[in-house]
Amino acid sequence: MPTIVVEVMPKAELLDPQGKAVAGALARLGLSTPDKTGAAFTDVRIGKRFEVTVEGEVTDAVLAEVRRLADDVFSNSVIEDVVSITVLDAVAAA
Amino acid sequence: MRVGVVTFPGSLDDRDAQRAVRLAGGEPVALWHGQHDLQGVEAIILPGGFSYGDYLRAGAIASLSPIMTEVVDAAKAGMPVLGICNGFQMLAEARLIPGAHTRNAHQQFIRRDQVLRVENASTDWTSGFAEGQEITIPLKNADGRFIADAETIARIEGEGQVAFRYVGVNPNGSMDDIAGVTNERGNVVGLMPHPEHATEPGFGPDMPDAMSSGVDGLTFFTSVIERALSK
Repeated sequence: MPTIVVEVMPKAELLDPQGKAVAGALARLGLSTPDKTGAAFTDVRIGKRFEVTVEGEVTDAVLAEVRRLADDVFSNSVIEDVVSITVLDAVAAA
Repeated sequence: MRVGVVTFPGSLDDRDAQRAVRLAGGEPVALWHGQHDLQGVEAIILPGGFSYGDYLRAGAIASLSPIMTEVVDAAKAGMPVLGICNGFQMLAEARLIPGAHTRNAHQQFIRRDQVLRVENASTDWTSGFAEGQEITIPLKNADGRFIADAETIARIEGEGQVAFRYVGVNPNGSMDDIAGVTNERGNVVGLMPHPEHATEPGFGPDMPDAMSSGVDGLTFFTSVIERALSK
């Protein structure tokens, strides 16, 4: 059965305390300054991924319904953005 | 006056809210989230707790409950509705009041006796207070940080929809120290601290004159009852 993946992130301008706590841990591990690879991990933001299993064919109408669910239920537009809606086909999802 | 208190899976303070209604002289009516029946109540309280374990977003799943259809219709028709803590989050998720809540800025659960300033004493739930009056009631939350976009903050500040503001300390990082808000009509009020825990001497917050003597929360419930009686 097809799976529709919805990804939701806290709005960029808002404080993401979860991400901030994880970024703090990376800093304490010494990863926020360039290491021998030259990379520095300076920020982390944490969002949500919803995998919705659909019975039947994913039509435009079904996608529109998922779009509505993503906006009204999976996310709160005051604090979050829906960043992507993608369809995994049955084979890829298996 | 019959005041309904809705119990959701994970509600904690529904019985305290019922008790507060009784202490204020009203008749509490237990309402169940799974029904479409307000049982003829004249006001509604959405109590505190952790409905559905705060899954998805605090208050989000509860705001989709069967009874919320009736609560939203009643609120839009002018019935007094009070959302406390988790109930405040439900009101925001149901879009009955502006804004939203996120995790406390310091990431931790907090419990303290909190001083608030009453910024709007003309709502159905605050008419017994004086504008600018400072009250002390308990606060206890994890997702208590009230936020909204700049335009919304400017609008609710300008329209007097900020009902309560934190005094002394901002316990959770809420914008503009906002502790509670009301809708345009003034019948729907949501706040993060708990008036129902400050309604009976001996069981309230500590006050300068005596320990556990704070009953500032009782005025929320007497306000709504007195306003209904005077109509």
